[in-house]
Amino acid sequence: MANKIPNRQVICETLVTLAQEDKDIMVLASDSRGSAAMAPFANAYPEQFVEVGIAEQNIVGISAGLAHSGKKPFVTSPACFLSMRSIEQIKVDVAYSGTNVKLVGISGGISYGALGMSHHSVQDIAVARAIPGLAIILPADRHETKRMTEALAVHEGGVYVRIGRNPVEDSYESDDYEFVIGKAVTMREGSDITIIATGETVRIALDAQAELAEAGVSARVLNMHTIKPLDEEAIVRAAQETGGIITVEEHSIHGGLGAAVAEVVVQQHPVPMRILGIPDEPAIAGKSTEVFDHYGISSSNIKAVALGMLRK
Amino acid sequence: MSSMELKSKAAQIRMDLLRMIHGAKTGHTGGSLSNTDILTALYYKIMTIDPAQPKWQERDRFIASKGHSVESLWCILADRGFFPKEELATFSQFGTRLIGHPNNKVPGIEMNTGALGHGLAISVGMALAAKKDARASRVFCLMGDGEQAEGSVWEAAMAGAHYKLDNLVGIIDRNRLQISGSTEEVMGLEPLEEKWAAFGWHVVSIDGNDIDALVEAFESAPAVAGKPTLVMANTVKGKGVSFAENVPHWHHHVPNDEELAKALAELEAVINSYSQEGQVQ
Repeated sequence: MANKIPNRQVICETLVTLAQEDKDIMVLASDSRGSAAMAPFANAYPEQFVEVGIAEQNIVGISAGLAHSGKKPFVTSPACFLSMRSIEQIKVDVAYSGTNVKLVGISGGISYGALGMSHHSVQDIAVARAIPGLAIILPADRHETKRMTEALAVHEGGVYVRIGRNPVEDSYESDDYEFVIGKAVTMREGSDITIIATGETVRIALDAQAELAEAGVSARVLNMHTIKPLDEEAIVRAAQETGGIITVEEHSIHGGLGAAVAEVVVQQHPVPMRILGIPDEPAIAGKSTEVFDHYGISSSNIKAVALGMLRK
Repeated sequence: MSSMELKSKAAQIRMDLLRMIHGAKTGHTGGSLSNTDILTALYYKIMTIDPAQPKWQERDRFIASKGHSVESLWCILADRGFFPKEELATFSQFGTRLIGHPNNKVPGIEMNTGALGHGLAISVGMALAAKKDARASRVFCLMGDGEQAEGSVWEAAMAGAHYKLDNLVGIIDRNRLQISGSTEEVMGLEPLEEKWAAFGWHVVSIDGNDIDALVEAFESAPAVAGKPTLVMANTVKGKGVSFAENVPHWHHHVPNDEELAKALAELEAVINSYSQEGQVQ
């Protein structure tokens, strides 16, 4: 059955549950309580909700001040603005100052579809990766989003999270698994090649794995939900054991998951690699699936790329 | 501390920071001299703090949004016992904690600042947290006047008034000079007091190098319940050193041996005059 629950709604529901016990949890919005699906939290805990208005620099600074006084702020704001309009506040007030702020970028990647490059967020991972001390997480589906939110509520330190706007098909059968920040999840074991995906592209990688299995290829699928700190050990093991890696992401091919994995592979165990993502251009407008297909972020293209690599 | 002791202390801090900058051969001299009286009033008279417990939850908070004139703050924190005075000799040297901007690895520093236009938003968050926790803590945020050109200052100004943060005191070191010259030539700010008032703040305009006036302004905040206070501290850049006053070049000029000796002699004379006055009284 198709999943109808977007990840932003899962974050809100999980925070509503957690905030019953933990009065230090706070949610901040930049006129985004609707788009972040945070209205139920705002209604349930008005004292733990702060509306900042359309001011992304301010929302990060205020959150840093709240965190400094022992609060556990979750900032919810469109990923495109949160990650770049306020990047200096993220660098200085959150990462450099070591404050416990969770930055939740909503409607990330190209999930704002037809709104264009101003609203697409496909540089955010690259920007966030360059900031020391900032963790980066992209949950794969609603189950992982729930587990991640629970983990974030007890994690000390600055984290940038990116989720999309629309419901995504499940990658996990349930939320009954261990989510550890910084530890990749092996979604499928495999020996011929490894597909490493993050966020909503994990579902695509799993579909590609099934198609490859039909063609007689054993593909490993790693869900790299945490891009920083990166699970280098899982990457090196994949390189050693499967001899080739394909990365898949809803992000520019510059500076994202593929680049992060390549930095590890090239320095620790060089093997052939392919990076699938958005090329260096303003992404074409359209629905997620249309845009993904256009750029080859699809199970059929992953399969073709894998077969091409294996023929060599 | 008495009024006279505060004034004498400010002169001593000025001597300390000049020696420190001279020794390090780097520093923001002009802005540190202009804000010394503000910091002296806060750290020796106004703020509830405990150097032995820098993270005591009930303390008042100070945020140096104009982080580049941290020199006076380093000297004051050392003098108040947050860290040993000998460490001032490491200012700006390789591997030091006492860098050219506030650094929260040093006891007494709340947050890392230095990028302009950040401090007030952080202070709003701190003041909001104090309100939510029903703590009496006040938050003092020192901004530069050149910094007022940053849009993020006004985002935070809006939020401070919106959330009725009368435990928040913004202070502008209005010395009218920034690195490229007069603030009014670089990017006109006037009428600055009216702008803050229009943003919903209670504005108090004083001589920012008059410690008595500073103490009175800070003690009386909040003068209006439900409104944050903005203290427009009209200061002189380079204050206390005759040949540095109002000279843009002293923004980050380092005194040479001769200038240092002359400046120290002037400040020594100030301290002596207070001490004689004290004996007469």
